[in-house]
Amino acid sequence: MRSRNLIIGSVLTAIFLVAALVSFVWTPFDVTQMNIPSKLKTPNGTNWLGTDHFGRDIFSMIMVGARTSIAVALVAVSIGMFIGVPLGLAAAARQGSLLDEVIMRGNDLVFAFPSLVIAILITAVFGPGAVNAIIAIGIFNIPVFARLTRGAALPLWQREFIMAARVAGKGSSRISLEHILPNVTNLLIVQGTIQFSLGILAEAGLSYVGLGAQPPLPSWGRMLADAQTMVSFAPHLALIPGGAIILTVLGLNLMGDGLRDLLDPRIRVDRT
Amino acid sequence: MSLLAIQNLELSIHGAPILKGVSLDVAQGEIVAITGESGSGKSLTAFSVMQLLPRGTVTKGSIQLDGTDLLNAPDAEMCDLRGNDIGMVFQEPMTALNPLMTIGDQVMETILLHTSASHEEARLKAEETLTRVGLPSEKFKLARFPHELSGGQRQRVVIAMAIALRPRLLIADEPTTALDVTTQAQILDLLKDLVQDFGMGLLMITHDLAVVSGMADRIIVMRNGEVVETGETSALFANMQHEYTRALFAASSHEVDLPTNTRPDNALLVVKDAIRDYPRPRTELFAPREYNRAVNGISFTLNKGERIGLVGESGCGKSTLTRAILGLEPLQGGSITAFGQDVAPDMPAALRSGLQVVFQDPYGSFNPRHKVARIVTEPFHLLPNPPKGKDRQNRISEALIAVGLQPSDADKYIHAFSGGQRQRIAIARALIIRPELIIFDEAVSALDVSIRAQILDLIAELTQSHDLSYLFISHDLSVVRTITDRVLVMKDGEIVEDGPTEQVFNTPNHPYTASLIAAAPTLPDVKALTDVPA
Amino acid sequence: MLRYCLKRLLSLVISLVVASLVIFLVIEVAPGDPASFMLGINAQEDTLNALREELGLNQSKFERYMSWSIGMLQGDFGTSYTYRTPVAQMVSDRLWVSLPLALYALALSTIIAFPAGIYAASRRGGAGDVTIMGATQLGVAIPNFWFAMMLVLVFAINLRWFSAGGFPGWDEGFFNGLKALTLPAIALALPQAAILARVMRSSLLDILNEDFIRTARAKGLSRRQALWRHALRNALIPVLTIIGLQFSFLLAGSIIIEQVFYLPGLGRLVFQSISQRDLIVVESVVMLLVFAVIVVNFIVDLAYAWVDPRLRSRT
Repeated sequence: MRSRNLIIGSVLTAIFLVAALVSFVWTPFDVTQMNIPSKLKTPNGTNWLGTDHFGRDIFSMIMVGARTSIAVALVAVSIGMFIGVPLGLAAAARQGSLLDEVIMRGNDLVFAFPSLVIAILITAVFGPGAVNAIIAIGIFNIPVFARLTRGAALPLWQREFIMAARVAGKGSSRISLEHILPNVTNLLIVQGTIQFSLGILAEAGLSYVGLGAQPPLPSWGRMLADAQTMVSFAPHLALIPGGAIILTVLGLNLMGDGLRDLLDPRIRVDRT
Repeated sequence: MSLLAIQNLELSIHGAPILKGVSLDVAQGEIVAITGESGSGKSLTAFSVMQLLPRGTVTKGSIQLDGTDLLNAPDAEMCDLRGNDIGMVFQEPMTALNPLMTIGDQVMETILLHTSASHEEARLKAEETLTRVGLPSEKFKLARFPHELSGGQRQRVVIAMAIALRPRLLIADEPTTALDVTTQAQILDLLKDLVQDFGMGLLMITHDLAVVSGMADRIIVMRNGEVVETGETSALFANMQHEYTRALFAASSHEVDLPTNTRPDNALLVVKDAIRDYPRPRTELFAPREYNRAVNGISFTLNKGERIGLVGESGCGKSTLTRAILGLEPLQGGSITAFGQDVAPDMPAALRSGLQVVFQDPYGSFNPRHKVARIVTEPFHLLPNPPKGKDRQNRISEALIAVGLQPSDADKYIHAFSGGQRQRIAIARALIIRPELIIFDEAVSALDVSIRAQILDLIAELTQSHDLSYLFISHDLSVVRTITDRVLVMKDGEIVEDGPTEQVFNTPNHPYTASLIAAAPTLPDVKALTDVPA
Repeated sequence: MLRYCLKRLLSLVISLVVASLVIFLVIEVAPGDPASFMLGINAQEDTLNALREELGLNQSKFERYMSWSIGMLQGDFGTSYTYRTPVAQMVSDRLWVSLPLALYALALSTIIAFPAGIYAASRRGGAGDVTIMGATQLGVAIPNFWFAMMLVLVFAINLRWFSAGGFPGWDEGFFNGLKALTLPAIALALPQAAILARVMRSSLLDILNEDFIRTARAKGLSRRQALWRHALRNALIPVLTIIGLQFSFLLAGSIIIEQVFYLPGLGRLVFQSISQRDLIVVESVVMLLVFAVIVVNFIVDLAYAWVDPRLRSRT
């Protein structure tokens, strides 16, 4: 059945979410401790996923790295949603007006700046860090949600029940909140999970090039950067963080698909 | 042997039985009409002949075209037959054509697909065919795109594609339902003409008994996937055997018992020289902005107790006028006054509460996420002190009972209701704050004939029980004739006729009104038919 | 049609101007004084002032913006703070690595995605469709730089079909250059192809449900013919939008992926400049990247009008 997607996806996502939360109170080993004698071990009984070039336990690093990825993606998507959705609703309510034009052009403009470029700009000025990654990814998410919301709201404004609301004397803001928003919520939930997964990929990319979370804060992206020179003789250093990213993103995407089938199979998501 | 012979056709989709043993035939040169209400399975029968059925369909029985089995034919064989021996015309002309291909290419495609004609030969034939269906190539170049044509013109293109190769059988599924009365008359005439000219058989699906009586040689009445009655047209109307056929006919010719209007003249709504312009999208580079005058100096008065009809074809401006009267759009000239005050988008709530509306689409008129109680009380927003608690409940129950529903329906979601029930809920919503004037905007146009009759009766009742006056907008002349005291005829943004209903229908003043009345198909006078000796 | 093109062109110009303003203003917010950063904390005040004068740091914001933007139009991107060489020189060689890489990846992505998406839509629900959907589901989850590492591991280190990195330069021959860019392009293209294939499939499936497809079938067209002759062109319209967006991701991705393949593209340059606070270089690189994206989107807009005649007659 279609809910298989939802179940598998939720389980995968939950695993990493739990790992991230648990990491605040416990990890098998301390990730700040180096243990050179046991460096570069492949997965075994003591270190379930092996150790890196400094002897640090990879399993623990994955758990703590999950924190960074999830936190950055979550906050960034929230920024995108809380700013983008109202913008989209406002644009649809006043379609064709100056406000609509400005919001649309603004969207197009931000789309010309992929999150990497925004991150470059911010980092150049303010220095690297996880907060910059959040802002960069967040800013890019705003037009995604604005455009999506506007696109879903526009056909609703043509429907007769909206005219009925106007005949009942309700103004556009009221109508947007009472009638339009509840009817786009399902789409937003589904798109939200997709954007979350994209956020995790974006954060990994930024950390990989050094623009994201800085040491000592561990992140999956940086683990991959460190692994690069050693991939030929210690492939597990790249396979494991890569696998973590893939599984989390896959889990979120499956969950998104499953939610869509559950809530409303007619929803069309924006997969960019 | 008949051209088309359907025998005991059974059809189910995903296990649910839809057609339960349908049998009919169509002879060469004959026009056979299948009629019935929604859910009768008439369209599906037509699609079965073309074998254009949705996934999960299972069929049993036999469909034969001049002896060739269609039901079990492989798709390749059906592809050869479609467009060549069997043509089909569909209901919605606005979406029936590929928006990215020229009309010439689309007609040529039929020809190039089935014959070995060269490109040039196909082009000439396409031109010929388009001219034959009423789109002469001087005015309608082959290089035109569908979006440049009106609904009626697009339907002609669809017909051209279907008959380009003189098929033996033409199937038409509600071909004129989406069209205006005058365009409908033209398209029906065209079809009749083609049948005579080409000698082909025509299987026509339509819910409109009046259309059937004017077109068909034989009628087949369907209900719930079964054939209920068939016969030669005039014979069938003279002597309807099945009670469903009789009920259908009665509903189609239903006349409402409109209580007489005894109110003193007291103007509720006064429209004076109203003008409304729309900016047109710019097509030339630096041309000045052009405007479309949708409403061009309209004036009329609606007095208390009056029930006025507004008829007009699409594009005449009646929707624009409606929105202006409801205060949803501003006027560029003239005025609209209701209850003595000006109507405008910023009018006060107290004024709005005297004027409510019932829309056309029973499926689009409600927020799918709201329960009936919330939907019906939306106009409470206009009251300075909206009722709460027990009082609110009582008002809701009152409104629901008034329209023939139960108070317990207030707790349900809208998708639990049928089209007719939804319109009742829409009327309840309009009534709940006891407005003096309601605008019915094509309120019964999307309903089946039998449901329509019930809703019209309800509206007539309400004029007495709720002291209601209304403006009834419709393109359907027969409905307007029975539900209004006075009628306004609108054309190109202007009122061309304004007078008492019966008078206008019997002796129209304006030529346009006369043409509308002439074009509208009428049901046969059953009494006259039965008086004719057999 | 002319009006549409001119309107799009105007949009392009406005976007470029606004983008340049945004970039300029962000950099202006930068705390710190580039001159003292370059000369060190112990530099003398007059040397600092002389440098500031030379770099034009004493002019008003407006003057600096105007000289920067007009300079760019003439091909002068200023002088790097760190290397004291014209930025245009530094950037042009690297641009000719990053830009072709992004375009190569775009081409690969389209070549892979279109047949996959069309095939999946035409065999909806069948084994082929399910396989493709599964593969794309995995594909969109893969980080491109990680995939690049795996490709290097398999194809360069183990199989030795490609070199593990580096770029010989276009002077060594067009095909040699292309070969060096192939593994990176594949790494970039595959995840994007997965996305594009899904969009193609879903767009096609939507179109296949439309009335005019039924009309086409009623004329005698087979399912395949209806798909190729009628559905495909209509389905292209939303797909074109995605392609335009993809280019911006691919350009960003090419910058990231350079690190895996040691390519002399804009990435290395811009990251170094960030750590050296060479803001002129950062400004110029960002401006170029944004310019490339805006131009590609303009071309996509023109493509829309070519595909959809409805856009040509109204704006």
